[in-house]
Order: sequence, then structure tokens, then C-alpha cells
Amino acid sequence: MAKKKRIYFDYAAAAPLDKNVLKKMMPYLKDKYGNPSSIHKFGQEASEAIDEAREKVAKFLGCKSSEIIFTGSASESDNLAIGGVIKAIRRQKQAGEKIHVITSRIEHKAILETLKDLEREGVKVSYLPVGRDGIINLDDLKAEITPETDLISIMYANNEMGAIQPIKKIGQIVAEINKKEEHPVYFHTDAVQAAQWLNCNVDYLGVHLLTLSAHKIYGPKGVGLLYVKEGTPIVPLIAGGKHEWGLRAGTENVAGIVGMGVAITEIKNQKLKIKNIERLRNKLVQGVLKNVQGSKVNGPKIPDQGLSNIVNFSFSGVEGESLVIALDQAGFAVSTGSACTSQALLPSHVLLAMGLSEIDSHSSLRVSLGKYTTLQEINQFIKTLPRIVERLRKISGR
Amino acid sequence: MYNKKIIQHFSHPKFFGKIRKPDVMGKAGNPRCGDLMNLYLKIEKNPPKARLAKGGKRIKDIKFETLGCAAAIAASDMICELVKGKTLKEALRVSFNDVSEQLGELPPLKIHCAQLVTEALKDAINNYLGNPPSHKASEGKKL
Repeated sequence: MAKKKRIYFDYAAAAPLDKNVLKKMMPYLKDKYGNPSSIHKFGQEASEAIDEAREKVAKFLGCKSSEIIFTGSASESDNLAIGGVIKAIRRQKQAGEKIHVITSRIEHKAILETLKDLEREGVKVSYLPVGRDGIINLDDLKAEITPETDLISIMYANNEMGAIQPIKKIGQIVAEINKKEEHPVYFHTDAVQAAQWLNCNVDYLGVHLLTLSAHKIYGPKGVGLLYVKEGTPIVPLIAGGKHEWGLRAGTENVAGIVGMGVAITEIKNQKLKIKNIERLRNKLVQGVLKNVQGSKVNGPKIPDQGLSNIVNFSFSGVEGESLVIALDQAGFAVSTGSACTSQALLPSHVLLAMGLSEIDSHSSLRVSLGKYTTLQEINQFIKTLPRIVERLRKISGR
Repeated sequence: MYNKKIIQHFSHPKFFGKIRKPDVMGKAGNPRCGDLMNLYLKIEKNPPKARLAKGGKRIKDIKFETLGCAAAIAASDMICELVKGKTLKEALRVSFNDVSEQLGELPPLKIHCAQLVTEALKDAINNYLGNPPSHKASEGKKL
């Protein structure tokens, strides 16, 4: 059998490494191998490369270089944002004083599992619900904020269905409170999926902490970062040397950090890119809804409320994992919120929080597009999908 | 993630579909974990007396309908392949380990798929024999 060309629709899981990014990383994987902490020339050229990357990131976020901490992943950044801040706040508080965090039900597991752990240690956590559109209600948020609230963590845009949260408005609410209250509320957002599509200027958003990942923006895997606004209480979770302003011990992933710096500078002239990707997305949505009976889109329906590159479908009578495997056999790489891909054997917490039934959650399919996606690829997908869905429905008898 | 044999049974199952007038049906699974399975069986009407004493009637035909992951579909096809032509007594001896082994080992997380299909078969045979279910057959057991 001739090998088919594989088509990649899983950019929300990992974007391919940009050629230019790789090129700029290569010297630090080969000849410039010094440890950035060393004071000789080998070390210093590595250290300078990190400084340069840090400046690029700071420019992108509109912050100071000294407010950027490079980590090993977005999950680590989320852990540091929540765990590091809560640990610092706890040290400031008197014994018996409560700690309160507000988050949403659709956060990434890196947030939810960190908070679950803190709950065992007595931290109070409020989980905001979301509507069918996957978006939180600001009145719900306001109602949860008390004089004891220490931290709010709400993701910028969701990885499973693309819903965009009103981060700027939350930032304003937090700023208002902090003007009046003595007890400050800190605000974190996980902007991993948003980086390419939405304004990530930290002053515009009004956040104290912000998480990014390199491999979602055509950079390498194994690099994340956390923006920490000056004055925010935080302590390291990884102890050791005084790397990253003493907030993240461990020899820096120099090539990876360089790659992130380059990748982030490639995020420019986005208007045209967004227009292009939205054209492809609309084609995809219309094609799928028209060609496959019993299909629907989960999450935001209004374009402004969802990311331009993520669509989440459900297909009645079909289980998502089998659909992903069948599509993979046909040469298409997509993903699902079905339980059958999770260790827990439970369907996606995001889709359930949006009010989808268990059956609909199991039948979900995420298609995420990126800068190498073509109209031809979309057309091939729209053409192939109905046949595969029909075959699986025959097998399921539904 | 899956070996060739599992993919083969998933991509080209031989036993999927309904039997128009089945002698008996079996069910297993629950919507929470996403797997739902129906089994349709045709059972031999008048087996020779000698065999009736030995092992009982044979399964003449068997088909499945499964809403589930690739492993669940492959396991459904496999159990049909394993028990078609067997007597009911022999069929009851087919374990989820047999199904997994015949598929060249299911991934550990997918063993419950093999349990699902043996439960559906047990449910069908018990229904046929008029036995009360030994456990709640509609609840897919998790590991």
C-alpha cells in the first residue's frame, strides 16, 4: 500500500517546530554548549542568548525582562503560579487565616490538580461554572470574591473548544478591588492557547501572572514561561541555585529558551493570519455540518468568543476515540475529549462543565488548525469524514 | 498505541451488525465510560443428543453492535470470532484474557474492553438459559 500523506489537525496539542526557530537554536545544541552560570566565554555566550530571548518575550508581553521566568513547560508555570504564590501568601498570613482561590471548572489539569492538592492542605477553592458557550459569567465571579480571596486563575482561551474568557474585564474587576481593599487579590491567566490569536499585553489584560508555552507557537517542547508582575508574592517550587531570579533552580534549557524567543517574535502581523485561518475554519465547520448528519459544534458559536483555530464537534452514535483512530488510519491527525483516551476513563471535564451529556462528550472531536493548514487539506477532510462516521455508526448500530 | 491485529479487527470487523431474528440478545456497558455493546445470537435448535449431554447447543451465528473505542470494537469482533460454532458451555469459558491474548494483548488501560465483551456474552447466554444475571450485566466493570 502506498504511504498516504498525513494531514495534521492537532496544532492545539503541539505545533510543528518552525524552520527558522530550529536554525537559531542549533548553535546552542552544538558549539555553544556552555553553562549560562559559568563566568567564562562559553558560559557568557549562553547567558547572553537567554537574556536576548527574555527581552523578546518581555517585549511581546509588554513587561520587564526581570518579570519573566523560564520553566520546563506550561504545566510547570501553572504549578509555580498557583503553588508558588499560595506558599508565599501562606507565609505572610497569621496562623488560622484562610486562603481562598477562585478558578473555573474548565481550566487545564495543571491548574485543577494543583488546586486539588492545595485543598487537601486547607486552601478554599471556588470553581466557577461555564455556560453552554464555555464562558464564565462575571457576576458569578464577583459573587465569589470575598475579602479573604487571594488569587484568581482563569485561562485566557480553552484548549478543547476555544472559548475565550473575558480576561481584560476580570483584570479590571481585580484592579477595582485592589484599589479599595487592603488585602490584595492576585490574578493569573494561562494564555497558552491564546498567544497567537489574542492580545497578551499584561497591562492591557491587568494580570499579575501569565503562563505561556513554546511548542504551541512553533517553538520547541520543554519550554514554558511565567510572567510574574513585580511585587507579586511568590516562592520557588524547585529549590537549588539562583537561576531565574531565584524562582526556578536548574541549569537553563538554553537552546529551548532561544527557540521560544524566536518563536514569539514570529507572532506579528496577526490580522492577516487570523483572517486566513478563520476562512479555513469556517469552511471546515460549514463542510462538516453540511456533509455529516447528526453533527454539531460544541462551545462558542459567536466568532469573537472563540479562538480562530479550534473547533470541537460531536457526532451522534460515534465514540470519539474510535473516530480519532479511524481518521488516523485515513491519514488525519485530530483529537478527542472521550474518556477512552484518558487514564481516568471519564469524559472531558471541560465538555461536561459546558453541560454536554456524557454520550456527547464521548463523541467529541477536536480539530485544530495552524499556519501550515491548507484549503486542500480541509476539503480532503470534509470529503473523507462522512464515510468514516457512517462506517462507525453502522458498527455502533446508532 | 494499538498493534496491527487490533487495528485490523477495528478497521475491518467481520461480525458487526444485527441478526434479524436473534434467538437471544446480550448487553453490556454504560454511557459514563462511553462503551455500549449489543450482542445478537442464533443458537442451534436441535443438536444431536450426544452433544447435548456433553456441552449443549452451539452458537450458530453471532453479531455485535458496539459504540465504543477502537479496542472495544476490536474486542467485540474477537469474541464473536472466538465463540462462533462453540457450544454455550464452551463459550462461557472464554475469558477476557483470551480475548486480549487473541488480539495480541490489549493495552493495560483497555483491558476493561475485553471484560465488556465477555460480560455481554455472559448476559446473552444467561438470558437464553433463563438464568438470572449473576451480576448487573448492564454495568460495565472497570478495573
